[in-house]
Amino acid sequence: MSIHRKIVDDLIGAQVGFVTTVPCKQLAGVIAEVDAHPDILHVPSNKEDEGMGLCAGAWMGGTRAAIIMQNTAIGVTINALATLIQYYRMPLPMLISYRGELGEPVACQVEMAVHTKALLAQLNIPTYHFHREEDAGELRQILEYTYMCNKPVAVLMDAGFWKGY
Amino acid sequence: MIRYEMLQEILPVIRDQLVVCNIGIPSQELHALEDRPGNFYMLGTMGLASSIGLGLALVQDKTVVVIDGDGSVLTNLGSLPTIANNPRGNYVLLIVDNGSYGSTGDQPTYAGKKTSLAEVARGCGCDHVVECAAEETRAALEAALAGDRMTVIVSKCESGNARMPVIAMDPVVIRDRFMAAVAE
Repeated sequence: MSIHRKIVDDLIGAQVGFVTTVPCKQLAGVIAEVDAHPDILHVPSNKEDEGMGLCAGAWMGGTRAAIIMQNTAIGVTINALATLIQYYRMPLPMLISYRGELGEPVACQVEMAVHTKALLAQLNIPTYHFHREEDAGELRQILEYTYMCNKPVAVLMDAGFWKGY
Repeated sequence: MIRYEMLQEILPVIRDQLVVCNIGIPSQELHALEDRPGNFYMLGTMGLASSIGLGLALVQDKTVVVIDGDGSVLTNLGSLPTIANNPRGNYVLLIVDNGSYGSTGDQPTYAGKKTSLAEVARGCGCDHVVECAAEETRAALEAALAGDRMTVIVSKCESGNARMPVIAMDPVVIRDRFMAAVAE
């Protein structure tokens, strides 16, 4: 089973029915699987804070929601995380392509990579880092944890995890 | 007619709907006019009302009325293509277009100058866009609720605010009772 399929199977297993995405090259495979799955309503968003608004609404409507995005989005979404997701105590799994790590060919991506974990830590967001494929074995548990505690939770998935950029 | 007067007029029409209301004075005015569990007040995160409402409308069948503002729509313009490409008949976006950032001191917005939000919405692919005077908003909203088409209403109001207290309710209380109203 491909890693993309495994991730989507875990979303389904955790009863996630709404997913919004902003693309990243590393996420192309998982976005395609999300889009093709009949039990997931996939609504691509144009910016990640918009996507967090969509997820907040879907969750209040009774459907578990998740966002798939690149780590550069942490720079875009701090206000939405603090004043919407955290302030109203909403669960939000963030499956994040962690650009700018080992194997990265684009120097500018490193500029946000060096801030990513610091920003997540500053926001007290539980953060998991997948570096090897077997790390994804915890994804299902991370999703359940997120909906248990009603918090945003970050899963950083780097180039090593995706087996190259 | 300013937003507060328009909200007074539409109150009987939105009373039985799920309402997602824009940050700042719009939420304060709605809260002061009639507080109820079916109102979701945004206390922060300028711009995301239309997105929250769309997410809500897409996963359940009750009608969702979003009360947004021209300044907030300009902040989150990317929402309009998402709305247009994921239309649902239970979604009504009411943009209170008073050409000003009302909550921050009535600075002018570009929507009060050369930019037409109705044309922007149409250009983004929204099929049913109604621009009306503030006085016609109630009728436009009634028509939108009676139909089964996703509707964007751009209500041209005068700039100005009613002075209402800040909402002191805990956000988790707002959210929790709103979710109960959704599930009811």
